[in-house]
Amino acid sequence: MIANLGFSVLFISFLVTLYSVFAAIYGERRQVPAMVESARRAMLLTWPLLTLTAGILIYLLVNNHFELQFVYEVTSRSMPTYLKVTAWWGGQAGSLLFWSWLMSAFTSLVTLRKWDRDREFLPWVIVVSCVTMAFFIGMNVFFENPFAQLYQTFDGVAAHTFQPANSILFTPEDGRGLNPLLRHPGMVIHPPMLYLGFVAFVIPYAFALAALITGRTDDRWIRLTRRWTLWAWLFLSFGLVLGGRWAYDVLGWGGYWGWDPVEIAAFMPWLTGTAFLHSVMIQEKRGMLKHWNMLLIILTYSLVIFGTFLTRSGVLSSVHSFAQSAIGPLFFAFIGLSLITSVALLIHRWGSLKSETQMTSLLSREALFLLNNLLFMSILVVCFWGVMFPLISELFTGQKVTVGPPFYERATAPLFAALMLLMGIAPLSAWGHSTVKTLGRAIWKPIIGALAITLVLFVTYTQKVGALIGFFLIALVILVTIYEYWRGGYARQRSQGENIFTALWNLTGRNRRRYGGYIIHLSMMLMAVGILGIEIFQVETQGTLAQGESLSLANYELRYKEIAQWDDLPSGVNYRRAVVDVYQDGEYLGQLAPRIDYYYDSQQNMTIPGQRSTLKDDLYVLLVNWEPVAATGATFKVYVNPLVNWLWLGSLLFLAGIVVAAWPEKETERVAVRAKARVQQQTSAAD
Amino acid sequence: MQINKFVIGGILILGAVVFLIWTSTAANAQYFLTVDELNAKGPDIVDKNLRVSGAVIGDSIQYDAQNLALSFEVVHVPGDTADIETEGGLAEALHQAVMDPSRARMKVIYVGPKPDLLRHEAQAIMTGHLGADGIFYAEELLLKCPTRYEEAVPEQAGL
Repeated sequence: MIANLGFSVLFISFLVTLYSVFAAIYGERRQVPAMVESARRAMLLTWPLLTLTAGILIYLLVNNHFELQFVYEVTSRSMPTYLKVTAWWGGQAGSLLFWSWLMSAFTSLVTLRKWDRDREFLPWVIVVSCVTMAFFIGMNVFFENPFAQLYQTFDGVAAHTFQPANSILFTPEDGRGLNPLLRHPGMVIHPPMLYLGFVAFVIPYAFALAALITGRTDDRWIRLTRRWTLWAWLFLSFGLVLGGRWAYDVLGWGGYWGWDPVEIAAFMPWLTGTAFLHSVMIQEKRGMLKHWNMLLIILTYSLVIFGTFLTRSGVLSSVHSFAQSAIGPLFFAFIGLSLITSVALLIHRWGSLKSETQMTSLLSREALFLLNNLLFMSILVVCFWGVMFPLISELFTGQKVTVGPPFYERATAPLFAALMLLMGIAPLSAWGHSTVKTLGRAIWKPIIGALAITLVLFVTYTQKVGALIGFFLIALVILVTIYEYWRGGYARQRSQGENIFTALWNLTGRNRRRYGGYIIHLSMMLMAVGILGIEIFQVETQGTLAQGESLSLANYELRYKEIAQWDDLPSGVNYRRAVVDVYQDGEYLGQLAPRIDYYYDSQQNMTIPGQRSTLKDDLYVLLVNWEPVAATGATFKVYVNPLVNWLWLGSLLFLAGIVVAAWPEKETERVAVRAKARVQQQTSAAD
Repeated sequence: MQINKFVIGGILILGAVVFLIWTSTAANAQYFLTVDELNAKGPDIVDKNLRVSGAVIGDSIQYDAQNLALSFEVVHVPGDTADIETEGGLAEALHQAVMDPSRARMKVIYVGPKPDLLRHEAQAIMTGHLGADGIFYAEELLLKCPTRYEEAVPEQAGL
């Protein structure tokens, strides 16, 4: 009964989005503002409707309505309530609904803003967002209904939206429960973060298309969506990092990123999004790269949908694997159609997107930005090639050939290194024109500093060439960034008579995007330290120990103390927990307790590492053996992951950087000034 | 003149990327085979970098915890998604595979901790090489355990 109500509301919201699309187009074509307004209001209605739908689904999830296939699949009686709520995005049908719900929230936010000066965009932003939303809601309505109920017929039990003839409702005693791997705080917030990022990128895309359709192709659409893009990028980046952290904490292989197709699917829109963030600055400052920006946002949108498609179709196989379902081809068709339409529009407006200035100097800021873009695109091409290669090879040779992590590492490492070099050089180059001489004058000090640091590391830490190149680049970027801060702060200190801290604070406040960007660069370098550490210096060992025996790795020694096993029946989990004493260079450091949790409802183990984390390295201990026969001995796998903590620290600094860059500026004054300037221009033109 | 500079730069980058992709692909390509395909290849395939998938036979799993030596047998399952669909989905295909004594089987040896998901009727995707003794030496082991309704475990993990 309640399930039917949920489905009805879902269906109504589908109709409302469709109405919104047609009303907006009709109103715009026939110049009936009332129709556009009606479309806008209809669009505003989608959020309450979808919230109600989601509320009903959550009610059913929390109250163990296992007659719903979706509830049966993702929850069980023993799960705590908060996990039952988050099980909403734990399965396919629910996560599609989650997507639509976020989309409706974002479009509502967009339509609530003042549109006075941008009226002509409104109908088309509505059309693009609502077409996207209708597609996702339609998936739920027609193919992946979260409210489908289990019915018993003569042929057995199957899920149906409507009760079939001669059937009775079938209610399983208990649900299958959320995959224990997903019962982790990181996994509870990782998908929403990623989805927030995915969905938020639809907004700049909608504006870009509106600009193409209306022919108002100046940089207004970019300015309007700048903050959206930043937030989208924030969520996407943070979602990726959280996914890595989750893998590190839960999957028990001592890593955080496996170049899995699903990971890459989320990484690809990040690449184009990051390129877009950089290149829009060139358009704003120099009026260049307009076609390129359009192309980037179109690509980002397509990759966002493609990312969802990759995770939801049976095209490729990976650890995450894919459910076989009808929605794959539909996703493919939707991506194809939107890509063709967008590119056709872009070609149609090609002439009006001409650059206002010519790029002349290879070392100018804009040329280096362009190079940065090309590098991001190159990494994208590598990723795309790697993901599609099995399909391509199967198509042409009939033989499925795959490429693994070594392919990606080898192909992308030089590109990432080049990006880091650019991160070091670009902040010092000038707009318009820069020569080797002017650039050299600015950069020689940081280069000397970075070389000195590298030399110290060579003597004290490592002789590996790859690592040394990496550390040199990291040191260079950090020094250049600090140098830039210092230069700006010092100048301000002298001219404004402020003390250095006030000067730095005001400097950042006055030019948030630039200095926020620098903070982000710094954070990326901290993350690079962590990545270099774990990729190049990770060591591991494994062994079976009797009680009192020990295992050593690097300068750590682990002594196996005891193991205990007990049931936690209310939560349906069996715990096996080993305790090891940890010594470093003979000195007692404390205990670690790696565990294996066995979940009865899903009959699955979860290996929880014992971790000891410092800035220098992580000691990561896995309890591997869980055979009850060997109760006297236990098998451990031990990793030492140097520097990996910097990866997580860097991600926190990254958040701070984005908040600085995206914090609302006092734009009203500037807008007023610009509007005044425009009025003056117009009056002088009228004269 | 100005244009040339950028065109040359662009071509250089393009060349570098193509080179990187080409050499990395050549160095790291892995043939993705089913057990039947592997058997059909004969001795040519010995010691090549391969990826093989098969259904795990539960009774054959042997694990020496002391030395972390794991061995088990896998049986042929179709590699093509369309074939799997006609057999009624991955779970059903795996079930049929382990029930069918006439299908080709292969012994796998893997050194390392026994994965949690290694059990009867799981799909194992192994990376490694085929020894001259006909045993597959896996360096990496991925497992999928689909269930009757849908592949709940992997599907949930995908986002």
